[in-house]
Amino acid sequence: MSDLRKVSSSPHIRDKATSSNIMRDVSIALLPAAAYGVFHFGMNALLTILLSVATCVATEYIYEKLMHKPVTVKDLSAVVTGLLLAMNLPVSVPFWMPILGGIFAILVVKQLFGGLGQNFMNPALGARCFLMISFAGRMTNYTYYALGANSGYDAITTATPLAVLREGASVNVMDMIVGNTAGMIGETSAIAILIGAAYLLFRGVIDLKIPGTYIVTFIVFMVFFGGHGFDGTYLVAQLAGGGLMLGAWFMATDYVTSPITPTGQIVYGVILGILTGIFRCFGASPEGVSYAIIFSNLLVPLIEKYTIPLAFGKAKAKGGQKS
Amino acid sequence: MATLTFKGGVHPYDGKELSKDKAIVPYLPKGDLIYPLSQHIGAPAAPVVAKGDRVLVGQKIAEAGGFVSSPVYASVSGTVKAIEPHFVSTGAKVNSIVVENDGLYEEAPGLSIKPFEEMSRDDIIGVIKESGVVGMGGAGFPTHVKLSPKDPDKIDYVLVNCAECEPYLTSDYRIMIERPEKVVGGLKVVLELFGNAQGCICIEDNKPEAITIMQKACEKETRIQVKVLKTKYPQGAERMLIHAVTGRDLNSSMLPADLGCVVDNCDTITSIYDAVILGKPLISRVVTISGEAIANPSNFESRMGTNVAELIEAAGGFKTQEKKVISGGPMMGFAMFDIEVPTTKTTSAITCLAKDAVSESPTTACINCGRCVSACDEGLIPARLAQFSEKFDLDAFQKWHGMECVECGCCSYVCPAKRPLAQMIKNVRRMVMANRAKK
Repeated sequence: MSDLRKVSSSPHIRDKATSSNIMRDVSIALLPAAAYGVFHFGMNALLTILLSVATCVATEYIYEKLMHKPVTVKDLSAVVTGLLLAMNLPVSVPFWMPILGGIFAILVVKQLFGGLGQNFMNPALGARCFLMISFAGRMTNYTYYALGANSGYDAITTATPLAVLREGASVNVMDMIVGNTAGMIGETSAIAILIGAAYLLFRGVIDLKIPGTYIVTFIVFMVFFGGHGFDGTYLVAQLAGGGLMLGAWFMATDYVTSPITPTGQIVYGVILGILTGIFRCFGASPEGVSYAIIFSNLLVPLIEKYTIPLAFGKAKAKGGQKS
Repeated sequence: MATLTFKGGVHPYDGKELSKDKAIVPYLPKGDLIYPLSQHIGAPAAPVVAKGDRVLVGQKIAEAGGFVSSPVYASVSGTVKAIEPHFVSTGAKVNSIVVENDGLYEEAPGLSIKPFEEMSRDDIIGVIKESGVVGMGGAGFPTHVKLSPKDPDKIDYVLVNCAECEPYLTSDYRIMIERPEKVVGGLKVVLELFGNAQGCICIEDNKPEAITIMQKACEKETRIQVKVLKTKYPQGAERMLIHAVTGRDLNSSMLPADLGCVVDNCDTITSIYDAVILGKPLISRVVTISGEAIANPSNFESRMGTNVAELIEAAGGFKTQEKKVISGGPMMGFAMFDIEVPTTKTTSAITCLAKDAVSESPTTACINCGRCVSACDEGLIPARLAQFSEKFDLDAFQKWHGMECVECGCCSYVCPAKRPLAQMIKNVRRMVMANRAKK
């Protein structure tokens, strides 16, 4: 009775990729931006990141144990949520905010709706918006400590570059690309995010349909409605600021909350670009990416319904034979 | 030469090196031979012998049961032991003729044929029908029916499917290396039936020696050329082959003949040659016995009805504990629970895996990653189709074109959550087909 022959339905072989490998790749891709955030904002950023990740993993573990469900923390999806949430918080937040946010993200947005693969909204963004609405003051306090001229840390209280831009003042675009500005922990450095995005593209975890369409649509929108026409500096500043890079490459590309149909992904990218543009140009806050993504998440089932691909060989049969 | 291909598909480990350099070896069976009466699509064959009769090699033992059917021939000489149900490799029990092998291999006279130049179209089709040739790539569709489309003049392509995209299979490869003249000869017989067609021998580019040999074999033929295809599973699927070579797209409501194409497997084509030119009925075929669990992977010229266990023994037996024995290849083959079953006209390989990836990978939740979408050669969304399968939502399944699925298995292969997508989709397809049959 030692080793019986196995019988199952075909196919009998499998590719190497696993869900946890994919999540691991996403975590690795987030490290450059997270590392820059710690370098730029200091040890409090590291603390925030660790608290967020630990809370997310613990919440998932405790919930699944209490509900007698199989424990899935090994698939690393809670780790990714924890990282993304932390990167969407300013460094000045008190320690209980990443904890509260982590619990909300995993418990409410993810587990209560059915766990992995069932959330209708990005958990990290859902938690960020919950915190933003509940604690707007703390969430928009961008004070951070930077290395000063006399090698002491000086507190810098400033608005984010986008807010500055809206006031009509000018910003240092190079600073925005490198990340030497105020903002959320993981969103300031466009370069660090792009390095991570390049890794994901190389590993085949994401493709260009969603982020590419999002960014191109956004640029087109800003050219027409941004008030600065084709001004390159303005456009680059808009791209590098306000979490657009983080949103386009890491949040909009989240598998569970984006459409699975290829045409649907293009439509989704276009909607995201337009919404982000609308919120930025005509909305109260100069940010707008998180709300655009959450709103578009809600539209995904509708988008999928209208973008069912025509199967191979059906194009010519249209109007003729039915199968 | 530009490489021809299709969208989607996967690149599994091809396992061909285990047996591709093993020349075809004839195998003479020792035990009883079992001939299932249903080893083709269509009505089962009807026995024309009874228990106790003596039969000879190449003697007809069962008559075709209708137009879409095929006769069965004895592949050894001996005595009919019984006519009773037996398990076949798919796990079904099929009424079969059991013949006790007397080891003498006394031959019956062959099919009565005229010289090929004197044969009319009907003569050729008649001989093919009489010979028992069916689709030997695995489907078992009676070849004489396939070669009788409504409008033979509209056929402009005859494709010989030598892609052999399933991992581990090397039977068609060895046929091309060792019997190229039969492949070309068989194709010429078929081209005789379709005056407006050009013949294409379609080979994947992981078989360079076969490509060279076949190109040389049809050098002087004006109507035959070799088409080189990019190596990707499932290039050998009928719809993908037609798309890659001719650019035409087939869907589930059409036959290849509707697109002017006739597609036949490599072994089927050589069997057509044997029947029409040499008057030999279908009594043997090349079977690859391979896989990591087999001691001596081999390619056998195996007589129909030979026990699978005997062939495995002839290939050195299992060198490690075999976790899975598959009739066919690992992507679309049937896992066998019992190896004491007969080989049939459609058995192209027995693949013995030492590791079962399916039982080692627990299923987890779908993360909507879309890899199944990129892999699907039919342009479907397997993740959604599988979701409808879980809810038995037949209407949504059909709306999302689930019936176009060719069950190639690419979706299950790539799924990182190890979800049995192909199996779920297959289940619902059967339900829909059963509902349609009821109406």
